[in-house]
Amino acid sequence: MTPHLHLWLIPLLPLAGAAINGFFGRRFSRQAVSTVALLFSGAAFAMALWVAGQFSSLTLPYIETLAPWMRAGSFQVDFAFYFDQLSLVMLMVVTGVGFLIHIYSVGYMWTEGGFYRFFTYLNLFMFFMLTLILASNYLLMFIGWEGVGLASYLLIGFFFLKDSAAAAGKKAFIVNRVGDFGFLIALFLLIKHFGSLNYADLAGSISPLHIETSAGLLTAIGILLMVGAAGKSAQIPLYVWLPDAMEGPTPVSALIHAATMVTAGVYMVSRSHVIFERAPIAMTVVAIIGTLTAFFAATIGITQTDIKKVLAYSTVSQLGYMFIGCGVGAFSAGIFHLMTHAFFKGLLFLAAGSVIHAVGGEQDMRKMGGLRTKIPWTFWTMTAGTFAIAGIPPLAGFFSKDEILWQASRVSMIYWAVGILTAFLTSFYMFRQWFMTFFGEYRGEQHGHGSHSHGSPGHDSHDNHGHGGVHESPAVMLAPLVILAILSVVGGWVGIGNRFENFLAPVFHSTATISADSFDAPSMSAEPKNEEAGKSTELLFTEISVGVGVLGFLLAWQLYYRRPELPAEIALKLNGLYHTVLHKYYVDEIYAAIIVKPLIAISTVVFWKGIDRGMIDATLDGSAEGAREVSDTMRHMQSGNIRSYAGWVAAGAACIIVFMTWMAVGTR
Amino acid sequence: MVPLSYYLILSGILFACGVTGFLIKRNIITIFMSIELMLNGVNLSFVAFAAQWHALSGQIFVFFVMVVAAAEAAVGLAIIIAVYRTRETLNVDQVNLLKL
Amino acid sequence: MNPIQIIPHAADYVRILPELVLSVFGMIIMLIDPLLDDRRSRSLSGALALVGSLVAIIATWMQSQSPGLGFWNMVRVDSFSIFFHFLIASITAIVILMSYEYMSVQEIRGGEYYGLILFGACGMMLMSSAVELVLVFIALEISSISTYVLAGFRRRAAISAESSVKYFLLGSFATGFFLYGVALMFGATGSTTIDAIGNVLRSGHIPVLAYMAIAFMFVGLGFKVAAAPFHIWTPDVYEGAPSPVVAFMSTAPKAAVFAVLLRVLFEANAPGRIWLIWVTAALSMTLGNIGALVQDNVKRLLAYSSIAHAGYLLVAFAALPENGIPAAMFYTAAYAFTNIGAFAVVSHFGGAGERRVTMEDYAGLGKRSPLLAATLTLFLLSLIGIPMTAGFFAKFYVFSAAIKANLVGLTVIGFLNSAIAAYYYLRIIVVMYMREERDDSPVAPVPFALGMALALSLFATMYLGILPGRMLDYASSSVSDLVAPAMQTMPVQGIAQVH
Repeated sequence: MTPHLHLWLIPLLPLAGAAINGFFGRRFSRQAVSTVALLFSGAAFAMALWVAGQFSSLTLPYIETLAPWMRAGSFQVDFAFYFDQLSLVMLMVVTGVGFLIHIYSVGYMWTEGGFYRFFTYLNLFMFFMLTLILASNYLLMFIGWEGVGLASYLLIGFFFLKDSAAAAGKKAFIVNRVGDFGFLIALFLLIKHFGSLNYADLAGSISPLHIETSAGLLTAIGILLMVGAAGKSAQIPLYVWLPDAMEGPTPVSALIHAATMVTAGVYMVSRSHVIFERAPIAMTVVAIIGTLTAFFAATIGITQTDIKKVLAYSTVSQLGYMFIGCGVGAFSAGIFHLMTHAFFKGLLFLAAGSVIHAVGGEQDMRKMGGLRTKIPWTFWTMTAGTFAIAGIPPLAGFFSKDEILWQASRVSMIYWAVGILTAFLTSFYMFRQWFMTFFGEYRGEQHGHGSHSHGSPGHDSHDNHGHGGVHESPAVMLAPLVILAILSVVGGWVGIGNRFENFLAPVFHSTATISADSFDAPSMSAEPKNEEAGKSTELLFTEISVGVGVLGFLLAWQLYYRRPELPAEIALKLNGLYHTVLHKYYVDEIYAAIIVKPLIAISTVVFWKGIDRGMIDATLDGSAEGAREVSDTMRHMQSGNIRSYAGWVAAGAACIIVFMTWMAVGTR
Repeated sequence: MVPLSYYLILSGILFACGVTGFLIKRNIITIFMSIELMLNGVNLSFVAFAAQWHALSGQIFVFFVMVVAAAEAAVGLAIIIAVYRTRETLNVDQVNLLKL
Repeated sequence: MNPIQIIPHAADYVRILPELVLSVFGMIIMLIDPLLDDRRSRSLSGALALVGSLVAIIATWMQSQSPGLGFWNMVRVDSFSIFFHFLIASITAIVILMSYEYMSVQEIRGGEYYGLILFGACGMMLMSSAVELVLVFIALEISSISTYVLAGFRRRAAISAESSVKYFLLGSFATGFFLYGVALMFGATGSTTIDAIGNVLRSGHIPVLAYMAIAFMFVGLGFKVAAAPFHIWTPDVYEGAPSPVVAFMSTAPKAAVFAVLLRVLFEANAPGRIWLIWVTAALSMTLGNIGALVQDNVKRLLAYSSIAHAGYLLVAFAALPENGIPAAMFYTAAYAFTNIGAFAVVSHFGGAGERRVTMEDYAGLGKRSPLLAATLTLFLLSLIGIPMTAGFFAKFYVFSAAIKANLVGLTVIGFLNSAIAAYYYLRIIVVMYMREERDDSPVAPVPFALGMALALSLFATMYLGILPGRMLDYASSSVSDLVAPAMQTMPVQGIAQVH
């Protein structure tokens, strides 16, 4: 007997919070607003825990149909929720990390204007995100998908008075539309060819299909889905919005642009594993995009000096890892990394926020330094996060990254090699950040350093804090840091002995057999025979990946601790390359030159001046004018005289009676 | 025996008279009586059809129609009085505040 | 052959239970009203009426447990009639809630008003379950006579009396046509039972008389739903009648008449329906929307909009039964709740003597009363057919049904009209939010009962806009009641067959 879970409550609770704060928050005190927000997001978390408690008694996948929604012939979409191991992992990550970040935000946003607005959006985001991960069909997922985009847009532009924030919001919105376009076409293809959008139905109708050796329907769908995922999860070529999105308040960066929303693409690809497994070409595309993004973003991360930008590129890079995992068929490894990443990247962002908070709104690492002793809690928690992402055992990042690299190596050594290189870069830029922020001498202005942010509304404007010198954050911000730090340390242990993989195995059960068929890489087919050899190879690879992590640490230590003057010299020597990387390979500029400007030109000349003003406006103005004229004439029918009204009725009646009689005679 | 069509034609004429009366008369009460004329046209055809189909029901319907018409008359006269009180006229051509 | 049964069974009374409940409550209100003073008359009879409509909902539920025929095959309780019973009872309840405030602001005694509302609702419910044309006529008259009087309820105001007399005279005129149609149908088929008529009309040989009968009946019914070319009374009557009454008569009787039309056109398999509907639907949509473009009086504007909506709704009647019937039912409900909500705002905002009804009066409402303006905006958005509101799915289902029936031309006309319609609805919204207010006299606070009415209609509008599936499923399930009556005619002889 499967208990009834009432899954619908989980997304609805944050929605209720958003509604209450949205409608009445303006009149509430800050205490009341934060109570409401925390209560409802906490309730969602509690509910998720309860569901997790029921887990063993469920027959999976558990589907809960709330209400019928749309139907047209045999095509049917319901408001229904789908729950399996994968949903559970996502659910725990989103509600758990989400709740912690809600707590943190109370402290972080306390002095900002629009306090209630912020929590309304944040709860709204939770609602859409939970809809996304609990949906039982692609259409409901798409609603959540669009909804998180909307919430993200609102939150990036939260300091909407600042131009750059508003622009960043718009950029995120537009770039995401490109991805959504791909996603939508994929959905149309699914409807057209399989007549359903339900995961269960689709799995049923796609499973019997053969693996496509050449590009076919499933390949097309897979690649289009990946386009959608690339938009949401900031992969090449659609990653450009994410670094700009750091204009939003830091808790937003932590929740939406690191821990949850940006991983929606990974979740979506994993959810669609049935399709990808049968489309090896699409899988390869996913893996290549992931590999390239991981490496590319890591190189940019090295040169960034804004503490949040470093983390942003790091996020892009880590998402690349997750896609490598999906692309080589190791979906559970991708999801594993998604989970640990949510812990340590959420932690890093929150800690960065705490640093920014401490130094009065400054985000430039060159103006920090030596904060180790001044903000010890922040320092130690950030240390945990940094070591975790650098892949130092036994912290969380080590296990998940290692798993992905190992799985990648079984498909192609190229993925592995680039992955290892990226791991080295990751370790380097993270420790660079760590050293620059916490060690050496404090390079900021000792007094009145709040002035950096004066006059700029937003930019995390902690004007009021700035004047008191560097100070530790309040307990309400530190508590989430500590919890996330603990999770960053121990979160990876669930993967020891493939426990995590086995847990998710029922979801991806077909993966093992299918991928063995679809990738005839020699290492794979040979594997069962050389189990011992495989084990030793795995151990070797693990040692290498730990090695590069340590190497990154040593290099950063050398360059940014022992001899901090060296980086400038190196940059000078590698002038051209350094500048290219510093300017993020000029990708924004290239996009502007080859896409945005021609589009603006075309739309100005052709669409606006030609079609819009010339044709549509003229027609519309003309027809509107005409309609009003007709309308005015028609008023005179309405003389107010009963007899003339009766005349109209009688005339109408006569017409209809004659017409019907004529038809009757005519059909004879 | 008078053929059915004669009755039907008569009923049609009665109905048409009613419609015409509605359209050309100006006094509200006369217009109201025209409506009664239309209903009587209908009654006649009910009775005629009842005879044709040998179904008693057609004749019973006439009673229903008469009852409903009586109810309508009662309400109608009340409404007409209300109009007269506010406008002091029964000429429909002058009851035209609401227009355009 | 069974002996003729003269005394009705107890079961027969269950088939008209909600109607009985409403009549009894109506009569109680009429009886006690003379004993009450003005204030009590409003509050007590209002409360009684509300209880009555709620009891009617319960009665409908009880009735739905045992569907079947009653009163010698004149009444049929099936899921189709249950749907309309629920709808009409809910509309009545909401209208009663919104009338409390109106009656006291306009200083009108309540007793007769609430009594008439209940009697009217009783007639409308009977229309939806009647399967015999003469009973349909009687029910139609019960509902019409009540609304004639209600339209003139602000009897000290000249326009209200005028609205009443216009509605009455033209309404009776149109009813004459309907009745003539019934007589002709009786002549053509020898029966006035819809089932029996359907059997004759399906048999292949369709007399010319039947076509004429349908035309005549359509004149009468088309008049009641304000379909062009019989729409011309609508703006005048809606402008003059009290706002809560307009809310009532633009929704409940329309729903009931649409129910009759559905039964007549689909169950009786009316010949020549598609072209008839095609023309009237196209005309209604176009005339309604174009007429609304230049209106400055909001009540008048909503009257034109209701003509246009009758047009959209009629589109579904031209479609195939299995898509068209549920679409029409859904549209009826969606439009009813949306429109009633819009009129609730109009009625509250109008104030004593309904003075504030023009577009200029609405200027700056967004600032003066944000909540009221937001509510009205939502209803207007639903009338436009914006997603997440009831109006969207209503139009969606109607037009998709039309496309499935290959009515491309009609669908295109519908789309164009929706685009035109957006203009004047948005104009109200723009005026409310963008225009500076002319007078800043405070808007009266929304009293509890009206708040309830608004909340209920808002909830219904949003519910149907977000979760339309359940109602559509229910509506779909009643298709079989109309096109292939599952219940056999009872062996009892109906009066129609008595020799």
